[in-house]
Amino acid sequence: MDIKSMHFKANAAASLANAGLQQNLRTAKGKFVDKRAIAITELDDFEGTREAAKDVRDRVLQDLDLWLERFEQNATARGATVLWAKDGAEICRHVVAIASRHGVKKATKSKSMLSEEAGLNLALAAAGVQPVETDLGEYILQINDNEAPSHIIAPVVHKSLDEVADLFARVHGKPRKTDIPELTREAREVLRSHFLGAEMGISGGNFLVAETGSVALVTNEGNGRMVTTLPKVHVVITGIEKVIPTLEDLSLLLRLLPRSATGQSISNYVSVLTGVKRPDDTDGPEHLYYILVDNGRADVVGGPFQDMLRCIRCGACMNHCPVYQTIGGQAYGWVYPGPMGAVLTPLFMGIENALDLPQAATLCGQCSAVCPVKIPLPELMRKLREQQVEKKLRPLTERLALKAWAWMANSPALYALGTWLAVRYLKWLAGGSDRIEVLAVAPAWTQGRDFPAPEGRTFRELYAARKR
Amino acid sequence: MRVALFVTCLVDLMRPRIGFAAIKLLEAAGCEVVVPEKQTCCGQPAFNAGDRAAAAMLAKKTIAEFEGYDYVVAPSGSCADQMRTEYPGLLADDAAWHGRAVALASRVYELTDFLVNIVRLDRLPGKFAGSVTYHDSCTGLRSLGIKEQPRRLLAQLPHVALKEMAGAEDCCGFGGSFAVKFGDISAAIAAKKCANIRAAGTDAVVGGDLGCLLNIEGKLRRMGDETTQVLHIAEVLAGE
Repeated sequence: MDIKSMHFKANAAASLANAGLQQNLRTAKGKFVDKRAIAITELDDFEGTREAAKDVRDRVLQDLDLWLERFEQNATARGATVLWAKDGAEICRHVVAIASRHGVKKATKSKSMLSEEAGLNLALAAAGVQPVETDLGEYILQINDNEAPSHIIAPVVHKSLDEVADLFARVHGKPRKTDIPELTREAREVLRSHFLGAEMGISGGNFLVAETGSVALVTNEGNGRMVTTLPKVHVVITGIEKVIPTLEDLSLLLRLLPRSATGQSISNYVSVLTGVKRPDDTDGPEHLYYILVDNGRADVVGGPFQDMLRCIRCGACMNHCPVYQTIGGQAYGWVYPGPMGAVLTPLFMGIENALDLPQAATLCGQCSAVCPVKIPLPELMRKLREQQVEKKLRPLTERLALKAWAWMANSPALYALGTWLAVRYLKWLAGGSDRIEVLAVAPAWTQGRDFPAPEGRTFRELYAARKR
Repeated sequence: MRVALFVTCLVDLMRPRIGFAAIKLLEAAGCEVVVPEKQTCCGQPAFNAGDRAAAAMLAKKTIAEFEGYDYVVAPSGSCADQMRTEYPGLLADDAAWHGRAVALASRVYELTDFLVNIVRLDRLPGKFAGSVTYHDSCTGLRSLGIKEQPRRLLAQLPHVALKEMAGAEDCCGFGGSFAVKFGDISAAIAAKKCANIRAAGTDAVVGGDLGCLLNIEGKLRRMGDETTQVLHIAEVLAGE
């Protein structure tokens, strides 16, 4: 997927100006938040569970290479082929080669964010393989001219029922419907023949279990099982950081993932898929491939941002983020929106390509407060800001203003003079009113709100006068 | 008990009366209040902008000015958190300063936290009468656990009725320089906050951090709300 994060400000402005999107965001808001708040109370010790999950993920990252080797051994022993991909281009090369080896003309897909990272659908189409998204949300985006997802688990959360109804009527050529079960049935009817006709299924993986060489899939629609069991070839594409040691660890993480994501105690489907079809199995793929992807992850291991790799992709951070909830996910300009994207995008795609993302946060802390694996997201965003300063990637005006302000703040007499002047300037701007409607030194503030007028003299002055 | 008041740069510039209200409350609790006169800013704007060097410089300045008192109190969860939570990490590479930062950190308090948990003030001078709703500022709430403290104090005022708004813990969209760097997003978040405040329908919205309050007041007025008062908790607790 081409990165558009460098256009964040323009994208965000367009989102704010899009009345339909704003309405959809208001409609969606709070559903996941409220359900999660209830779901976590089902656990006797939610905080203890979070701490344990964090420990599991940290333990893996400590020896990531060893756990990946163990996974590879056990997956290979059960008939799978484990391939490694350095970046998106290598993912595409692997998948196209597999498709060509097995004479694949059509590939059904359940949701894989790695395939979004790689822009895999374009590569498959170019190689003569038809990719068909079968997650309902991803399917809607695909038939809408390959639109980008706006959320990692609810990719069309930014769309309204009416928009989907219009799209289906146009693309499917059937009478327009607005009943959700009917729309879903229509999509299922279209997808059914694809499920039965595809030679290859492509899925992501929520977790890789090292001790059994299995992949765990957490889904709600049942498409995941169709994709992974009906075609003769199954390709799993996932990040190298998704490995966990044991099935016991999986059960721990599954207590947190659906609850944090959608507020469900458990998702409709949890599949643990192990190896190829054996002689007496009734279903399953004849050929199973794992493509384990780096795409920037290995460089994060052992560095100041390693905590980010604990992420289990639940999306709670974006569901609770005031900025995400105000502009939607597409404004972030790459695969991962919200707080997680504000950290992952610069790490994976280059800090200079996503300068605004770690800045576009109020640092309110709600993301880390709800993160099931306790990733200190605001702290990581602040560290990225520090790197921007160190690499001199901030605008010159901002750097100079900050330096001048810090120098003043370090010199009490100068600071007193500066505030003496500033307060009088602001008071003069207000001109007898209790507010300033246009603030020339910070026009961005007063475009959308007033700036309250100061009282007129600094505390410092008044306190000195009182003491005399 | 000698208590140093950290005025905060926003109170110094915009709302000195909050500083005086804090002094009145601390004195009502029997504290000897000192206002170190060379104080400026805690350095949080530099810290959040990613300028660690400037943040460390201002941290050292602040520590030197405030370490000689029994307690340091600020009418802001945000500034108090910077000193309490961030200074030690910021100066971790400098053994001498790190020790001084740690020694100071545990004695820094947000005003309502200090009034409730340290001096246990139970006779408030405030005479505010009316209904209020309380906005929980993010840093105070999530980093310092400021939630019940202001509510317990408000409950002591006989003529104040607290009515919680929906989303009291939702960010108001201020975020320091975020409010200027991303003014349009910031104002849009503030609009949601202000809609909740107006839906609560109280005489005043009260909070513990002036940055949030300036943001909220500015947005309320731009939305045409001329009546909802926007007050710092210190003003309500100490005011006439």
